[in-house]
Amino acid sequence: MNPSINRRDFLRLAGLGGVVFASRLSGLANAASRAGGPSGAYDDFFFVQLSDTHWGFEGPPNPDAKGTLKKAVAAVNSLAQQPDFIVFTGDLTHTTDDPHERRKRLGEFRDIVGELKVKNVHFMPGEHDASLDWGKAYQEFFGKTHYTFDHKGVHFIVLDNVSDPAAMIGEEQLQWLADDLQRLPKDARIVVFTHRPLFDLYPQWDWATRDGAKVVELLMPHPNVTVFYGHIHQENHHMTQHIAHHSAKSLIFPLPAPGSQPKRTPLPWDSTQPYQGLGWREVEAELKTAEYTLTEFPVQEG
Amino acid sequence: MKLNTYGLKLAAIAAMLGAGSIAVYVAAQPTEQVIKVSAKKFDYTPGEIRLKKGVPVVLEITTQDVVMGFNAPDLGARADIIPGQVARVRLVPNKAGTFEFHCDIFCGTGHEDMSGTIVVTE
Repeated sequence: MNPSINRRDFLRLAGLGGVVFASRLSGLANAASRAGGPSGAYDDFFFVQLSDTHWGFEGPPNPDAKGTLKKAVAAVNSLAQQPDFIVFTGDLTHTTDDPHERRKRLGEFRDIVGELKVKNVHFMPGEHDASLDWGKAYQEFFGKTHYTFDHKGVHFIVLDNVSDPAAMIGEEQLQWLADDLQRLPKDARIVVFTHRPLFDLYPQWDWATRDGAKVVELLMPHPNVTVFYGHIHQENHHMTQHIAHHSAKSLIFPLPAPGSQPKRTPLPWDSTQPYQGLGWREVEAELKTAEYTLTEFPVQEG
Repeated sequence: MKLNTYGLKLAAIAAMLGAGSIAVYVAAQPTEQVIKVSAKKFDYTPGEIRLKKGVPVVLEITTQDVVMGFNAPDLGARADIIPGQVARVRLVPNKAGTFEFHCDIFCGTGHEDMSGTIVVTE
Protein backbone atom coordinates (compact mmCIF):
# COMPACT_ATOMS: atom_id res chain seq x y z
CA MET A 1 0.00 0.00 0.00
CA ASN A 2 1.23 3.49 -0.79
CA PRO A 3 2.37 4.80 2.57
CA SER A 4 0.97 8.24 1.75
CA ILE A 5 -2.54 6.80 1.54
CA ASN A 6 -4.18 6.13 4.84
CA ARG A 7 -6.24 3.05 5.52
CA ARG A 8 -9.59 4.79 4.91
CA ASP A 9 -8.45 6.15 1.55
CA PHE A 10 -7.22 2.72 0.58
CA LEU A 11 -10.59 1.17 1.37
CA ARG A 12 -12.35 3.82 -0.67
CA LEU A 13 -10.02 3.52 -3.65
CA ALA A 14 -10.16 -0.25 -3.57
CA GLY A 15 -13.94 -0.19 -3.48
CA LEU A 16 -13.94 -2.42 -0.43
CA GLY A 17 -16.27 -0.30 1.62
CA GLY A 18 -19.59 1.33 1.00
CA VAL A 19 -20.32 4.82 2.16
CA VAL A 20 -17.61 6.38 4.24
CA PHE A 21 -18.99 8.69 6.89
CA ALA A 22 -16.73 11.03 8.78
CA SER A 23 -17.89 12.06 12.22
CA ARG A 24 -15.86 14.96 13.47
CA LEU A 25 -15.25 14.99 17.15
CA SER A 26 -14.65 18.58 18.07
CA GLY A 27 -11.86 18.91 20.55
CA LEU A 28 -10.54 15.44 20.01
CA ALA A 29 -7.21 16.59 18.63
CA ASN A 30 -6.72 19.02 21.47
CA ALA A 31 -7.65 16.44 24.03
CA ALA A 32 -5.44 13.85 22.44
CA SER A 33 -2.47 16.13 22.48
CA ARG A 34 -2.50 16.13 26.25
CA ALA A 35 -1.49 13.32 28.45
CA GLY A 36 -4.49 11.92 30.21
CA GLY A 37 -7.72 10.37 29.30
CA PRO A 38 -8.73 7.31 31.17
CA SER A 39 -5.86 5.08 30.13
CA GLY A 40 -3.03 7.17 28.90
CA ALA A 41 -2.01 8.39 25.47
CA TYR A 42 -4.30 8.24 22.50
CA ASP A 43 -3.38 6.03 19.57
CA ASP A 44 -5.14 5.46 16.23
CA PHE A 45 -7.08 2.24 15.96
CA PHE A 46 -10.20 0.76 14.45
CA PHE A 47 -12.93 -1.55 15.62
CA VAL A 48 -15.76 -3.41 13.93
CA GLN A 49 -19.44 -3.01 14.84
CA LEU A 50 -21.93 -5.76 14.06
CA SER A 51 -25.54 -5.49 15.12
CA ASP A 52 -28.95 -7.09 15.21
CA THR A 53 -27.97 -10.56 14.10
CA HIS A 54 -31.26 -12.05 15.40
CA TRP A 55 -29.94 -15.59 15.47
CA GLY A 56 -32.95 -17.93 15.41
CA PHE A 57 -35.08 -15.78 13.12
CA GLU A 58 -36.81 -17.60 10.31
CA GLY A 59 -38.96 -16.02 7.62
CA PRO A 60 -39.23 -14.59 4.13
CA PRO A 61 -37.37 -11.34 4.95
CA ASN A 62 -34.17 -13.40 4.98
CA PRO A 63 -34.12 -16.82 3.26
CA ASP A 64 -30.48 -17.16 4.35
CA ALA A 65 -31.07 -16.43 8.03
CA LYS A 66 -28.79 -19.27 9.07
CA GLY A 67 -26.01 -18.14 6.75
CA THR A 68 -25.87 -14.36 7.01
CA LEU A 69 -24.11 -14.11 10.37
CA LYS A 70 -21.58 -16.71 9.29
CA LYS A 71 -20.88 -14.72 6.12
CA ALA A 72 -20.24 -11.61 8.21
CA VAL A 73 -17.91 -13.52 10.52
CA ALA A 74 -15.99 -14.83 7.51
CA ALA A 75 -15.82 -11.35 5.99
CA VAL A 76 -14.41 -9.83 9.18
CA ASN A 77 -11.92 -12.69 9.44
CA SER A 78 -10.79 -12.00 5.89
CA LEU A 79 -9.83 -8.39 6.59
CA ALA A 80 -6.16 -7.91 5.77
CA GLN A 81 -5.78 -5.93 8.96
CA GLN A 82 -7.75 -7.18 11.91
CA PRO A 83 -9.59 -4.72 14.16
CA ASP A 84 -8.48 -4.03 17.70
CA PHE A 85 -11.84 -5.29 18.90
CA ILE A 86 -15.33 -6.16 17.76
CA VAL A 87 -18.60 -5.04 19.29
CA PHE A 88 -22.08 -6.49 18.87
CA THR A 89 -24.71 -3.86 19.67
CA GLY A 90 -27.56 -6.12 20.72
CA ASP A 91 -30.31 -8.36 19.44
CA LEU A 92 -27.82 -11.17 19.15
CA THR A 93 -30.77 -13.57 19.04
CA HIS A 94 -34.35 -13.36 17.89
CA THR A 95 -36.84 -13.36 20.71
CA THR A 96 -38.64 -16.48 21.85
CA ASP A 97 -41.13 -17.02 24.66
CA ASP A 98 -39.40 -20.33 25.48
CA PRO A 99 -36.55 -19.86 28.01
CA HIS A 100 -34.91 -23.12 26.88
CA GLU A 101 -34.94 -22.05 23.24
CA ARG A 102 -33.60 -18.62 24.25
CA ARG A 103 -30.56 -20.26 25.84
CA LYS A 104 -30.13 -22.56 22.86
CA ARG A 105 -30.01 -19.57 20.52
CA LEU A 106 -27.61 -17.64 22.76
CA GLY A 107 -25.32 -20.68 22.88
CA GLU A 108 -25.41 -21.17 19.12
CA PHE A 109 -24.69 -17.48 18.57
CA ARG A 110 -21.74 -17.64 20.97
CA ASP A 111 -20.36 -20.65 19.08
CA ILE A 112 -20.63 -18.93 15.70
CA VAL A 113 -18.96 -15.69 16.77
CA GLY A 114 -16.36 -17.77 18.57
CA GLU A 115 -14.96 -18.32 15.09
CA LEU A 116 -13.91 -14.67 14.89
CA LYS A 117 -10.14 -14.35 14.72
CA VAL A 118 -10.24 -11.34 17.01
CA LYS A 119 -10.90 -12.52 20.54
CA ASN A 120 -11.44 -9.11 22.06
CA VAL A 121 -15.21 -9.04 21.53
CA HIS A 122 -17.72 -6.95 23.48
CA PHE A 123 -21.40 -7.77 23.72
CA MET A 124 -24.59 -6.16 24.95
CA PRO A 125 -28.17 -7.33 24.82
CA GLY A 126 -31.05 -6.12 22.72
CA GLU A 127 -34.66 -6.39 23.77
CA HIS A 128 -34.95 -9.65 21.85
CA ASP A 129 -32.25 -11.16 24.06
CA ALA A 130 -33.16 -9.72 27.41
CA SER A 131 -36.55 -8.09 27.77
CA LEU A 132 -38.55 -11.19 28.63
CA ASP A 133 -36.39 -12.26 31.58
CA TRP A 134 -34.62 -9.04 32.62
CA GLY A 135 -31.43 -10.26 30.96
CA LYS A 136 -31.12 -13.44 33.04
CA ALA A 137 -30.32 -15.85 30.20
CA TYR A 138 -28.13 -13.29 28.45
CA GLN A 139 -26.01 -12.84 31.57
CA GLU A 140 -25.49 -16.59 31.86
CA PHE A 141 -23.73 -16.49 28.50
CA PHE A 142 -22.22 -13.02 28.21
CA GLY A 143 -21.99 -11.55 31.70
CA LYS A 144 -22.82 -8.00 32.67
CA THR A 145 -25.24 -5.99 30.55
CA HIS A 146 -23.63 -2.63 31.34
CA TYR A 147 -19.94 -2.03 31.89
CA THR A 148 -16.99 0.07 30.78
CA PHE A 149 -13.64 -0.61 29.23
CA ASP A 150 -10.74 1.51 28.07
CA HIS A 151 -8.79 1.19 24.87
CA LYS A 152 -5.88 3.31 23.70
CA GLY A 153 -7.06 6.40 25.48
CA VAL A 154 -10.75 6.10 24.70
CA HIS A 155 -13.26 5.32 27.44
CA PHE A 156 -16.02 3.01 26.23
CA ILE A 157 -19.32 2.80 28.09
CA VAL A 158 -21.81 0.01 27.39
CA LEU A 159 -25.35 0.90 28.45
CA ASP A 160 -28.27 -1.47 28.87
CA ASN A 161 -31.57 0.03 27.76
CA VAL A 162 -33.34 -3.26 27.10
CA SER A 163 -33.31 -5.54 30.15
CA ASP A 164 -36.15 -3.48 31.56
CA PRO A 165 -38.99 -4.37 29.16
CA ALA A 166 -40.20 -0.78 29.39
CA ALA A 167 -37.00 0.28 27.56
CA MET A 168 -35.66 2.19 30.53
CA ILE A 169 -32.13 2.51 31.78
CA GLY A 170 -33.35 3.09 35.31
CA GLU A 171 -32.13 5.15 38.21
CA GLU A 172 -29.57 2.62 39.43
CA GLN A 173 -27.75 2.44 36.10
CA LEU A 174 -28.05 6.21 35.63
CA GLN A 175 -26.32 6.71 38.97
CA TRP A 176 -23.64 4.21 37.96
CA LEU A 177 -23.12 6.21 34.75
CA ALA A 178 -22.97 9.51 36.61
CA ASP A 179 -20.35 8.09 39.00
CA ASP A 180 -18.30 6.77 36.08
CA LEU A 181 -18.40 10.08 34.21
CA GLN A 182 -17.48 12.01 37.31
CA ARG A 183 -14.17 10.16 37.48
CA LEU A 184 -13.23 11.24 33.94
CA PRO A 185 -11.64 14.47 32.81
CA LYS A 186 -14.16 16.70 31.07
CA ASP A 187 -12.37 16.30 27.73
CA ALA A 188 -12.02 12.53 27.96
CA ARG A 189 -12.70 10.74 24.74
CA ILE A 190 -15.89 8.78 25.32
CA VAL A 191 -17.71 6.29 23.13
CA VAL A 192 -21.07 4.89 24.21
CA PHE A 193 -22.40 1.59 22.93
CA THR A 194 -26.04 0.76 23.44
CA HIS A 195 -28.87 -1.00 21.64
CA ARG A 196 -31.76 1.43 21.36
CA PRO A 197 -31.43 5.08 20.35
CA LEU A 198 -30.91 7.34 23.34
CA PHE A 199 -32.95 10.08 21.68
CA ASP A 200 -36.52 10.08 20.35
CA LEU A 201 -35.73 8.91 16.85
CA TYR A 202 -39.29 7.80 16.09
CA PRO A 203 -41.35 7.00 19.18
CA GLN A 204 -44.29 6.01 16.97
CA TRP A 205 -42.32 2.85 16.21
CA ASP A 206 -40.87 2.61 19.69
CA TRP A 207 -37.50 3.81 18.43
CA ALA A 208 -36.50 5.55 21.62
CA THR A 209 -35.34 4.96 25.19
CA ARG A 210 -37.86 6.19 27.70
CA ASP A 211 -35.25 7.79 29.94
CA GLY A 212 -32.59 8.22 27.25
CA ALA A 213 -32.68 12.01 27.64
CA LYS A 214 -31.24 11.57 31.13
CA VAL A 215 -28.21 9.80 29.65
CA VAL A 216 -27.71 12.53 27.07
CA GLU A 217 -27.96 15.11 29.85
CA LEU A 218 -25.23 13.33 31.81
CA LEU A 219 -23.00 13.11 28.73
CA MET A 220 -23.57 16.69 27.62
CA PRO A 221 -20.81 18.33 29.71
CA HIS A 222 -18.26 16.14 27.92
CA PRO A 223 -17.18 17.58 24.56
CA ASN A 224 -15.91 14.34 23.02
CA VAL A 225 -18.74 11.82 23.01
CA THR A 226 -19.97 9.57 20.22
CA VAL A 227 -22.75 6.98 20.47
CA PHE A 228 -23.03 3.79 18.42
CA TYR A 229 -26.20 1.75 18.58
CA GLY A 230 -28.39 -0.73 16.69
CA HIS A 231 -32.09 -1.61 16.96
CA ILE A 232 -33.39 0.18 13.87
CA HIS A 233 -31.68 -2.06 11.27
CA GLN A 234 -30.37 0.78 9.15
CA GLU A 235 -27.89 3.60 9.24
CA ASN A 236 -28.99 6.79 10.89
CA HIS A 237 -26.78 9.71 11.86
CA HIS A 238 -28.10 12.22 14.34
CA MET A 239 -26.68 14.96 16.50
CA THR A 240 -27.89 15.97 19.94
CA GLN A 241 -25.91 19.20 20.09
CA HIS A 242 -22.26 18.04 19.92
CA ILE A 243 -22.98 14.34 20.52
CA ALA A 244 -23.15 12.17 17.39
CA HIS A 245 -25.37 9.09 17.35
CA HIS A 246 -24.75 6.45 14.68
CA SER A 247 -27.01 3.43 14.20
CA ALA A 248 -25.81 0.33 12.39
CA LYS A 249 -27.28 -1.90 9.75
CA SER A 250 -28.61 -5.30 10.72
CA LEU A 251 -27.40 -8.74 9.76
CA ILE A 252 -30.88 -10.23 9.38
CA PHE A 253 -33.28 -7.84 7.60
CA PRO A 254 -33.50 -4.10 6.98
CA LEU A 255 -36.30 -2.02 8.42
CA PRO A 256 -37.94 0.92 6.66
CA ALA A 257 -36.84 4.50 7.17
CA PRO A 258 -38.64 6.11 10.11
CA GLY A 259 -42.25 6.85 9.21
CA SER A 260 -41.77 5.92 5.56
CA GLN A 261 -44.57 3.36 5.63
CA PRO A 262 -47.52 2.71 7.92
CA LYS A 263 -46.03 -0.28 9.74
CA ARG A 264 -42.55 -1.06 11.01
CA THR A 265 -42.39 -4.27 8.98
CA PRO A 266 -39.15 -5.64 7.52
CA LEU A 267 -38.29 -4.64 3.99
CA PRO A 268 -38.86 -7.60 1.69
CA TRP A 269 -35.98 -9.75 0.48
CA ASP A 270 -35.05 -8.92 -3.11
CA SER A 271 -33.78 -12.05 -4.83
CA THR A 272 -32.19 -9.90 -7.54
CA GLN A 273 -30.17 -8.09 -4.88
CA PRO A 274 -29.81 -10.55 -2.01
CA TYR A 275 -28.61 -9.15 1.33
CA GLN A 276 -29.48 -5.62 0.21
CA GLY A 277 -29.59 -3.30 3.20
CA LEU A 278 -27.61 -5.66 5.43
CA GLY A 279 -24.10 -4.96 6.55
CA TRP A 280 -21.53 -4.16 9.17
CA ARG A 281 -19.05 -1.37 9.70
CA GLU A 282 -15.57 -0.43 10.62
CA VAL A 283 -15.01 2.54 12.87
CA GLU A 284 -11.61 4.13 12.62
CA ALA A 285 -10.44 6.67 15.15
CA GLU A 286 -7.92 9.01 13.61
CA LEU A 287 -5.88 11.41 15.66
CA LYS A 288 -4.57 13.62 12.89
CA THR A 289 -7.95 14.59 11.46
CA ALA A 290 -9.85 14.34 14.75
CA GLU A 291 -12.46 12.11 13.17
CA TYR A 292 -14.20 8.84 13.66
CA THR A 293 -14.57 7.38 10.23
CA LEU A 294 -17.33 4.88 9.54
CA THR A 295 -16.88 2.52 6.64
CA GLU A 296 -19.90 0.43 5.74
CA PHE A 297 -19.49 -3.06 4.34
CA PRO A 298 -22.31 -4.96 2.63
CA VAL A 299 -23.00 -8.65 3.18
CA GLN A 300 -21.91 -10.47 0.08
CA GLU A 301 -22.85 -13.84 -1.29
CA GLY A 302 -20.18 -16.32 -0.41
CA MET B 1 -54.56 -12.28 39.21
CA LYS B 2 -51.03 -12.70 40.44
CA LEU B 3 -48.73 -9.76 39.76
CA ASN B 4 -45.10 -10.37 38.91
CA THR B 5 -42.37 -8.28 40.50
CA TYR B 6 -42.42 -5.80 37.65
CA GLY B 7 -46.16 -5.36 37.94
CA LEU B 8 -45.90 -4.70 41.63
CA LYS B 9 -43.17 -2.14 41.04
CA LEU B 10 -45.24 -0.31 38.44
CA ALA B 11 -48.29 -0.41 40.66
CA ALA B 12 -46.29 1.09 43.52
CA ILE B 13 -44.93 3.83 41.27
CA ALA B 14 -48.38 4.59 39.92
CA ALA B 15 -49.74 4.80 43.47
CA MET B 16 -46.97 7.19 44.50
CA LEU B 17 -47.38 9.41 41.47
CA GLY B 18 -51.15 9.58 41.57
CA ALA B 19 -53.20 11.80 39.29
CA GLY B 20 -51.22 14.07 36.99
CA SER B 21 -48.51 11.53 36.26
CA ILE B 22 -47.54 10.62 32.74
CA ALA B 23 -50.00 7.77 32.65
CA VAL B 24 -52.82 10.08 33.76
CA TYR B 25 -54.80 7.75 35.96
CA VAL B 26 -58.01 9.74 36.27
CA ALA B 27 -61.64 9.05 36.79
CA ALA B 28 -63.99 9.93 33.97
CA GLN B 29 -66.11 13.01 34.43
CA PRO B 30 -69.85 12.32 34.30
CA THR B 31 -70.21 13.76 30.81
CA GLU B 32 -67.17 12.15 29.29
CA GLN B 33 -67.34 9.17 27.05
CA VAL B 34 -65.57 6.07 28.33
CA ILE B 35 -64.09 3.57 25.90
CA LYS B 36 -62.93 0.24 27.23
CA VAL B 37 -59.82 -1.21 25.61
CA SER B 38 -58.61 -4.72 26.32
CA ALA B 39 -55.04 -5.84 25.68
CA LYS B 40 -53.71 -9.36 25.40
CA LYS B 41 -50.79 -10.98 23.64
CA PHE B 42 -50.52 -9.49 21.00
CA ASP B 43 -53.41 -7.19 20.16
CA TYR B 44 -55.80 -4.61 21.45
CA THR B 45 -59.58 -4.83 21.30
CA PRO B 46 -60.84 -2.70 19.70
CA GLY B 47 -57.94 -2.28 17.31
CA GLU B 48 -59.42 0.94 16.00
CA ILE B 49 -60.69 3.68 18.27
CA ARG B 50 -62.80 6.43 16.69
CA LEU B 51 -62.86 9.84 18.37
CA LYS B 52 -64.11 13.33 17.63
CA LYS B 53 -61.71 16.25 17.59
CA GLY B 54 -62.03 18.35 20.73
CA VAL B 55 -64.31 15.88 22.50
CA PRO B 56 -62.85 14.50 25.73
CA VAL B 57 -62.76 10.77 26.19
CA VAL B 58 -61.38 8.40 28.81
CA LEU B 59 -59.80 5.16 27.69
CA GLU B 60 -60.11 2.44 30.32
CA ILE B 61 -57.43 -0.07 29.42
CA THR B 62 -56.95 -3.51 30.94
CA THR B 63 -54.68 -6.44 30.19
CA GLN B 64 -55.77 -10.03 30.15
CA ASP B 65 -52.33 -11.54 30.66
CA VAL B 66 -49.01 -9.73 31.21
CA VAL B 67 -47.85 -6.16 31.80
CA MET B 68 -48.38 -4.14 28.65
CA GLY B 69 -47.93 -0.58 27.54
CA PHE B 70 -50.25 1.76 25.68
CA ASN B 71 -48.51 4.54 23.83
CA ALA B 72 -49.98 6.97 21.30
CA PRO B 73 -47.05 9.41 20.89
CA ASP B 74 -48.80 11.67 18.39
CA LEU B 75 -51.55 12.33 20.92
CA GLY B 76 -49.30 12.45 23.97
CA ALA B 77 -51.03 9.53 25.65
CA ARG B 78 -49.36 6.59 27.33
CA ALA B 79 -49.93 4.27 30.24
CA ASP B 80 -48.61 1.14 31.87
CA ILE B 81 -51.25 -1.56 31.89
CA ILE B 82 -50.94 -3.75 34.97
CA PRO B 83 -52.79 -7.04 35.29
CA GLY B 84 -55.72 -6.64 37.68
CA GLN B 85 -55.85 -2.87 37.34
CA VAL B 86 -57.58 -0.41 35.06
CA ALA B 87 -55.38 2.22 33.42
CA ARG B 88 -57.38 5.35 32.67
CA VAL B 89 -56.07 7.70 30.00
CA ARG B 90 -57.92 10.94 29.38
CA LEU B 91 -57.64 12.29 25.86
CA VAL B 92 -58.85 15.47 24.20
CA PRO B 93 -57.77 15.05 20.57
CA ASN B 94 -56.72 18.41 19.20
CA LYS B 95 -56.16 17.31 15.62
CA ALA B 96 -57.92 15.14 13.10
CA GLY B 97 -56.21 12.19 11.48
CA THR B 98 -55.20 8.59 11.98
CA PHE B 99 -52.70 7.95 14.74
CA GLU B 100 -51.03 4.72 15.70
CA PHE B 101 -50.78 3.40 19.22
CA HIS B 102 -48.60 0.50 20.25
CA CYS B 103 -47.41 -1.58 23.15
CA ASP B 104 -44.14 -0.12 24.47
CA ILE B 105 -43.41 -2.75 27.12
CA PHE B 106 -41.81 -5.80 25.53
CA CYS B 107 -44.31 -8.60 26.07
CA GLY B 108 -43.32 -11.52 23.85
CA THR B 109 -42.73 -12.81 20.37
CA GLY B 110 -45.51 -10.76 18.77
CA HIS B 111 -44.78 -7.58 20.70
CA GLU B 112 -43.51 -5.63 17.71
CA ASP B 113 -46.76 -6.17 15.84
CA MET B 114 -48.96 -5.14 18.76
CA SER B 115 -50.54 -1.89 17.67
CA GLY B 116 -53.80 -0.19 16.78
CA THR B 117 -55.08 3.08 15.42
CA ILE B 118 -56.96 6.07 16.77
CA VAL B 119 -59.03 7.79 14.10
CA VAL B 120 -59.94 11.38 14.98
CA THR B 121 -62.58 13.07 12.84
CA GLU B 122 -63.71 16.70 12.70
